[in-house]
Amino acid sequence: MAEESRTTTAASSGGERPAGGDRPSGDRPSFGDRERRLPRPGGPGGGREGGRKYFRRKKVCKFCVEKIEAINYKDVRLLAQFVAESGKIVPRRLTGVCTPHQRRLSLAIKQARNIALLPFAGRAS
Amino acid sequence: MNRTYELMFIVRPDMVEEEQDKLISTLETAITSSGGNVKSVEKMGKRRLAYMVRRFHDGIYVLLTVEGGGGLIHELERRLRVTEPVIKFITVRIDEEQKRLDKIKAIRDAKRKTPPPAPVTEAGGETAAVTA
Repeated sequence: MAEESRTTTAASSGGERPAGGDRPSGDRPSFGDRERRLPRPGGPGGGREGGRKYFRRKKVCKFCVEKIEAINYKDVRLLAQFVAESGKIVPRRLTGVCTPHQRRLSLAIKQARNIALLPFAGRAS
Repeated sequence: MNRTYELMFIVRPDMVEEEQDKLISTLETAITSSGGNVKSVEKMGKRRLAYMVRRFHDGIYVLLTVEGGGGLIHELERRLRVTEPVIKFITVRIDEEQKRLDKIKAIRDAKRKTPPPAPVTEAGGETAAVTA
């Protein structure tokens, strides 16, 4: 029983560390850039160089990984990461946010727009 | 039936400090007289608006946390609407979200509390085994 508990703690700590260290917040700046890049032709094997496949990192939900539970409309810094330059909410398929969190996120973004913390359209001037 | 609400409003950027205080205190008295209570008042200061509101580019944000029923909120919103310097407001109910967050936090704390005793007993068991 003692062994079992030890292995589980080791596994959990091992699992958490790469996820946290792998992607510091500066690594992935804004989803605006990604959006510009994204309309690509075709599926996963679309690389030109001799059929080399793209390595696409598995997207993970920021809120699940960093254990951010409170998605508040006042937290403009956080919300701005999920708003494209045009002011649109970035879709889940681009950001990797899970469904429950995306739901809260979109609600918070809409509330923030209402009180002029985020723009409805275009850059916040 | 006590609910907690967050009342955020924006007043014109050229409003003086005293007038803001006066406005806030009148709101507070209105709240307390109709059976609610003010949990906190926060002046978030001047901020640039994300878009133009009534020809203003900036605004002074004020945040009130209020306990009370729906009728009180109705009255407060009516008041804010007729108050001339207030250019925008939003009311958000926060008690249920807070309850959810507290629940998650409690679960997390419970999880965090249980692991520390485990290594201690483990170490004790090992030493016992060695001595035996």
